Amino acid sequence: MRQQEKQNLWLLFISFLKIGPMTFGGGYAVLAVMEREVSERRKWLQASEAADVFSIAGSVPGAVAINSAMLIGYRVAGLFGAIAALAGILLPTFAIIIALSAVYLIFRDQPKVEAAFLSIRATVVALVVYAAYRIGRTAAVDFPAILIIILTVGLLYLGRGVIHPALLIAGGVAAGIWIVRIRKRSGKEIPPKKEEPVYDYMI
Amino acid sequence: MLLKLFWMTLKIGLMSFGGGYSMVPWIGSEVVDRYGWLTESRFTEMVSLSGLAPGPMATNIAIAVGYEQAGLTGAIVAALGMILPSFLIIAAIGVLYVKIRGSKRLQSSLYGLRSVVTGLIIYSALMLARANGMFELTGWFAWSQLIIFLGSLAALMFFRKHPVVVMIISGLVGIALYA
Repeated sequence: MRQQEKQNLWLLFISFLKIGPMTFGGGYAVLAVMEREVSERRKWLQASEAADVFSIAGSVPGAVAINSAMLIGYRVAGLFGAIAALAGILLPTFAIIIALSAVYLIFRDQPKVEAAFLSIRATVVALVVYAAYRIGRTAAVDFPAILIIILTVGLLYLGRGVIHPALLIAGGVAAGIWIVRIRKRSGKEIPPKKEEPVYDYMI
Repeated sequence: MLLKLFWMTLKIGLMSFGGGYSMVPWIGSEVVDRYGWLTESRFTEMVSLSGLAPGPMATNIAIAVGYEQAGLTGAIVAALGMILPSFLIIAAIGVLYVKIRGSKRLQSSLYGLRSVVTGLIIYSALMLARANGMFELTGWFAWSQLIIFLGSLAALMFFRKHPVVVMIISGLVGIALYA
């Protein structure tokens, strides 16, 4: 491996290592930070390319921050670049969650810790509802889309433990393609999204 | 055990659109009902812990489960399982580097996908709320939970507070209320 390549891998690792802890609590600002780092500071990508990367990263399974890191790493230095970026973004999270688990196991029986977590549990529900609201805003563009949302929740609730989410995901994709095709035949397009979706709910 | 852990996280990883918020009930049904690794209440604790750490929720939960089941090796196996599907897909995209973004087919499949993922996340919230006993609406505890929930949601949505700040304040409120 040439010196230049080695240095690139190291830079990738370090850049994403710094970004990793910023994904704290759902990481609402992480994509902006990432863009600043990779396009302004390191000049690895142009701003429009970065938008492409985030858009692709939000469309495949997994967290958008991790996917973006891998994709950027790949563009900069191939497969090893993807691995270096992945290691960088994941390491802080990994260490923090393990430290938290370990500390929690020690203090969980303290009445104050127990009390705090009783309240935090309710806050986590709010966090999830907020995530649903954010993605729902980009999803619910018209009536069929809203119908799919309602159907999904209904099917999941009624078919608890029977209906596999993979089935629903596949069904949703198929329904989407089908609806768009019918629309096109009757000369209607999908209503354009009001804004470029920001995929921070995916983190 | 490690193999089971890897297989489970691999499946979840492949489906975790929406940052894993959508996958919380399935991780729960796998580790609580199917494999019997955790009790329901232990799982709920882990979900709260994962919300407190940086990074994607589903990956955090998987790492915490792996750590508790099989130590550091378990945590690493769980993380690898969660990320491998995305990694392979990203690598494939990188190799092909087709200009996916403008593709009509992708646009129209995202149209349905986003709606389903929204539904999955709403369902996650419902299941978590149920596990907290929020729907019982009897007695002081259920009402206090509901009020904390609404307060937290308002803080996130209207006052745009950072999630970690909201969590910490909520923890303090919990100590004041329940300790």
